[in-house]
Amino acid sequence: MTDLYQLTDLSKGYTRGREAITIFEHLTMSIQEGDFIAIMGPSGSGKTTLLNLLGGIDRPTAGSVECQGVRVDKLSQGKLAKWRAANVGFIFQFYNLMPTLNAAQNVELPLLLTNLSGKARKERVATALDIVGLSDRARHSPRQMSGGQQQRVAIARAIVADPKVLLCDEPTGDLDRKSADEILQVLQLLNKDLGKTIIMVTHDPSAAKYARRELHLDKGRFVEAAELAQ
Amino acid sequence: MNDFTLIRKNLFRKKMRAGLLIFSIMIAFLIFGVLGAFYSVWTSGTSTAADNRLVTVNRINFTVSMPFAYWGRVEGVEGVTNVSHASWFGGYYQDPANFIQTFAVDPESYLAVYPELTMPDEQRAAFINTRDCLLVGADLATQYEWSVGDRIPLLSNIWQKQDGSASWDFEICAIFDAEDEKVPANYAIFQYDYYNEALAFNRDNIGWMVLTTADASLNESVGREIDALFANSPAETETSTEAAFNEAFIAQMGNVAMILLFVVGAAFMTILMIVGTTMVMAINERTKEIGVMKTLGFPAPRIFRMVLIESILLSLVGGLLGLGLASLLIAGSAAAIAGFLPGFSMPPSVMLIGVGLALALGFITGIIPAINAQRVTIVTALGKL
Repeated sequence: MTDLYQLTDLSKGYTRGREAITIFEHLTMSIQEGDFIAIMGPSGSGKTTLLNLLGGIDRPTAGSVECQGVRVDKLSQGKLAKWRAANVGFIFQFYNLMPTLNAAQNVELPLLLTNLSGKARKERVATALDIVGLSDRARHSPRQMSGGQQQRVAIARAIVADPKVLLCDEPTGDLDRKSADEILQVLQLLNKDLGKTIIMVTHDPSAAKYARRELHLDKGRFVEAAELAQ
Repeated sequence: MNDFTLIRKNLFRKKMRAGLLIFSIMIAFLIFGVLGAFYSVWTSGTSTAADNRLVTVNRINFTVSMPFAYWGRVEGVEGVTNVSHASWFGGYYQDPANFIQTFAVDPESYLAVYPELTMPDEQRAAFINTRDCLLVGADLATQYEWSVGDRIPLLSNIWQKQDGSASWDFEICAIFDAEDEKVPANYAIFQYDYYNEALAFNRDNIGWMVLTTADASLNESVGREIDALFANSPAETETSTEAAFNEAFIAQMGNVAMILLFVVGAAFMTILMIVGTTMVMAINERTKEIGVMKTLGFPAPRIFRMVLIESILLSLVGGLLGLGLASLLIAGSAAAIAGFLPGFSMPPSVMLIGVGLALALGFITGIIPAINAQRVTIVTALGKL
């Protein structure tokens, strides 16, 4: 597998009043294409912050985030938006669907940023909804669906533009066990069958088991699960 | 689906709120449309005024009369080509609600001063030679279905006859019109002698004089000379151009322009604050959704544009509904008030200004929410519950 991400000497902190707070420092790691990583760790350890840096929605205090030769941390806001649209799919804990749009329209949203024709967009939306098993719910609005179904729509939205990587922030955090397992199975399928690189932040050890690798972020450094067990 | 679908769905996401906002804007533009049309018709007199036509009124006020003898003295002023006089009769037909602008005039000189009034030669002769002839405007004749030969009574709520009655009998012997549609044809005139001889009071007085000069460049000197003629007399005069007189007349009637400005201005400021505040709140409620859109890759300028268009669309829908309703209202009431305001209609200029104002209102109320939406960072937006 080739490297998808290369993080070098990455640091992130913020200031609260006069106090400087460090989230993590000097983090160096690489993420291979096609990997499925579960990032775990205590609250405040910087899991979501790391995900934000990988997705280019936040900037590091120091160090670099490189994705297939592109210095994500150096891109302008306009170029970052284009880069995100083409390369990254986001899945949030609370789904974040547009309440005014139905399932198909929510899934179509990222395709408005492409030059695809209306017909091609419809075909892609149908395929994405089919992958997550919601073809029959295309015209339903988010409030007419369960949490699990809404998260599937969010997954369909994340994959419809065919990004290389899916960044998932607690994707099962708001779901019951059965729905959570269904979502994780979909993610596993996307990783195994479609080769998507998945980086998932979770608190749930049983969710992490679906990943190929578990990384624990604690006190500003990564520890492999196996290493942690010792 | 396209950006417009998103804009439309966001605009009507809370139907009650959108409906009330549109209703508020609609009312503001309804007021604007009706008052604008009213003002446009009301001031059209200034655009039909002749350059070389002057009006001499009593210096105290144009409603105060002056001696009849003044007319003869003005005739002798150098540079004056024609001079006539008129007196306000008021008048109504059958019912006080049927108000008719009527003036007592010297027929021959009046038609010489107002050459734009046209009628067949035999009717012109009849008007000049028939003592109780009433010359009515074509609009008035159409409104009351009058034709030449009809005999009608007009009642005055100002003037009484010596026999104690206020009813004056007339024969309609002529109907005038004008080639220029802006020239009003909604009034009636009759012979001063017929009026003056029967008056119970205020005899041998006239309301004002109208005169033409040989050239517009003489207006100022002629006006000065006329006013000098009657200086230090019990009825001093003030002479001005017909356009200035018409404007002053409008100002006397309550400064419609100022009322329009205040009413529309107050309505717009109120609507501006309501719509502006509501738009800020509405966009603030959607901060997280805006964050999600940015996360998906929607560029900030595109989000700015969408929010601004949403605000402009809201304003435009309300504005066009208001202007449309105003047009319907004006069309529906035009016939009923034709006697008072002939040609009452929605002028294209008012419509255009209205559309411009709607666009401006949408821009002003949308610009701050649009800037906020453009500036919000994804991390901040997604952190918002």
